[in-house]
Amino acid sequence: MKTLYVPLDSVAVALGADELVTALKAEAARSGTEIRIVRNGSRGMHWLEPLVEVEVDGIRHGYGPVQADDVPSVWAAGLLTASPHPLALGPIEDHDFLKRQTRLTFARCGRIDPLSLSDYAAQGGWLGLRKALTLTDAAIRGELQTSGLRGRGGAGFPAAIKWQTVADTASPQKYIVCNADEGDSGTFADRMILEGDPLSLIEGMIIAGLAVGATRGFVYLRSEYPIAKTVFAQALELARAGGWLGDSVAGSGKSFDIELFIGAGAYICGEESSLLNSLEGKRGEVRARPPLPAQQGLFNQPTLVHNVLSLCAVPTILEKGGAFYRDFGVGRSRGTLPFQLAGNVRHGGLVELAFGVTLRELVVDFAGGTRSGLPIRAVQIGGPLGAYLPTRLLDLPMDYEVLAAQDAGVGHGGVVVFDSSVDLATQAAYAFAFCAAESCGKCTPCRIGAVRGVEVMDQVQQGIDHSQNLELLNDLCDVMVSGSLCAMGGMTPVPVRSALRHFPEDFGL
Amino acid sequence: MLHADMSLEPLIEPHVLQTGGLLRALHAIQGALGWIPPTAPQSLARAFNLSLAEVRGVISFYHDFKTQTPVATTVRVCQAEACQAVGAAKVTARLAQAMGVALGQRRADGAWALEPVYCLGLCSRGPAAQVDQQLLADLDGPRLEALLARFATEGNR
Ligand SMILES: Cc1cc2nc3c(=O)[nH]c(=O)nc-3n(C[C@H](O)[C@H](O)[C@H](O)COP(=O)(O)O)c2cc1C
Ligand code: SF4
Ligand code: FES
Repeated sequence: MKTLYVPLDSVAVALGADELVTALKAEAARSGTEIRIVRNGSRGMHWLEPLVEVEVDGIRHGYGPVQADDVPSVWAAGLLTASPHPLALGPIEDHDFLKRQTRLTFARCGRIDPLSLSDYAAQGGWLGLRKALTLTDAAIRGELQTSGLRGRGGAGFPAAIKWQTVADTASPQKYIVCNADEGDSGTFADRMILEGDPLSLIEGMIIAGLAVGATRGFVYLRSEYPIAKTVFAQALELARAGGWLGDSVAGSGKSFDIELFIGAGAYICGEESSLLNSLEGKRGEVRARPPLPAQQGLFNQPTLVHNVLSLCAVPTILEKGGAFYRDFGVGRSRGTLPFQLAGNVRHGGLVELAFGVTLRELVVDFAGGTRSGLPIRAVQIGGPLGAYLPTRLLDLPMDYEVLAAQDAGVGHGGVVVFDSSVDLATQAAYAFAFCAAESCGKCTPCRIGAVRGVEVMDQVQQGIDHSQNLELLNDLCDVMVSGSLCAMGGMTPVPVRSALRHFPEDFGL
Repeated sequence: MLHADMSLEPLIEPHVLQTGGLLRALHAIQGALGWIPPTAPQSLARAFNLSLAEVRGVISFYHDFKTQTPVATTVRVCQAEACQAVGAAKVTARLAQAMGVALGQRRADGAWALEPVYCLGLCSRGPAAQVDQQLLADLDGPRLEALLARFATEGNR
């Protein structure tokens, strides 16, 4: 019996993967052939979705993008024997887009059945946890320290420092909270891992629990990800049934369990203290700090809050050692980052590479330029609070410090490309509008400032009292930067100011 | 004042002792009924031992919780940057025209609503939207025309 793979990933499904599966089954039934269809994660080559793979002599051959309508022709050409067809892509793992990547976190995504314990174990799953179970908590933290891992949620804070704080804060109950709110436009890596390799997040969270002395974990998932919710909930059941979660993790006598919690549509709940309030069932208002969540987080107990990608890097760090991970990257940006190529790109998707890769390599070599065919004009990196960069800065390497020097940041690795039709004043106005819509309302500079920002930008765009309004815009940004309680208000000026600085002509200057 | 609604209890009860139970109960109510009916805050306040103001404060904080009667079909069209870069504004305008409602509005007869959403994680293949449970990417060309046609026919019925 032949095995076919069709992703269950949201992008594939949104492009017709479910209809494709139905068509493949119908074709198989019609021709009296028995096939097995595995719903895998996406390989991250989203312009080829839905991507069908067929396994022939242990090698996976791809066809894509395949719509349900294409099935009769692909089937007739000899899909099951990996025969030629205009949509055939050859052995998929030899695809240039994949071969040029360094996949550590995404090594398994797309290759395995996300809901198979045996696939997971056969492809290196649980090796990090098995190693961790032989180490002291301090030794686990030592590996993390050596790795140089920094938080992948946006701020890039050194993970080892946070782990140490949680470990050092005595309490009968500590928590691991995974931030899967992934609200940034242009980002989808958390979603892809939750859908394509959910057990790796579970493994990372267990290891983190062992390292800091926490026995309970929560995954805070945004409600906009229904498929991730279903897959991850099933993965939790599997892990429990397999003895990986519960009173005695893998027979170690140590307990750890995870609950899934669904958000309710609020961008600010990605901010960690707001997230914790939400997880307690309250309004997602930001908390003043100190105290840090690492000392007083969920229900005022020590809480390690990490992004999905930070936690998913942990199994590799334990399995291969902190030094292995540290040896990728540049400067103080160690390891790899799953970049997400989005917006006006020909070849959108996920590209995992060591830090140091340039923006040009990402948007030209990997993404292949714009989908529209017009020249690239601006690239926004790091989500809605990230900077708009002009093409003359495309040779910047992806490095926390280098980007910070340009008032930009890698954030969660989202790279959004705009072609020459973009108007950066409109984008700046949108940044304020988004902040006004999503502000938690706790502090005035953000709550009122964002609304004023929308008004001022409106006047700027209409050319009313131009120079006074631009001055006002600048003052407003200063107030938001210096007076906001969190980065929502504090960083909304980043996209605004970068747009103004790099694209003054769009502001009538 | 509205009294607590006994029929909501089976939806609320399982979540009373859970972490973040109030949000879970709200999801359960909305999942079953399609909205948070006016009787819900009283029932929730009693079950969670909170004031009505606290419960209402939570409901109003989150975009997901709807206090208007549900519509038959909801189209949520992405307005975030990556979709803007591939023409989300144009797609939104065409949807608004076909559906006969502005973004953020519903049809008076409750047949459908057009709502904004800020990213569905489909940003590599935008424009993106969600029609009830169904995710749609590459909402351009034939895929968009098919969706528009759906409202044109339904609207003419
Ligand atoms: C407005 C705002 C939104 C945020 N959204 C997210 C998010 O969606 N996912 C995330 O992991 N971190 C987000 N963060 C960062 C978190 O506050 C926090 O730094 C992160 O979860 C810590 O995990 P890390 O150390 O693994 O990065 C956001 C921060 C702000 C200010
Ligand atoms: S900056 Fe905005 S989002 Fe952050 S605490 Fe203040 S009002 Fe809330
Ligand atoms: S920005 Fe539209 S789906 Fe992400």
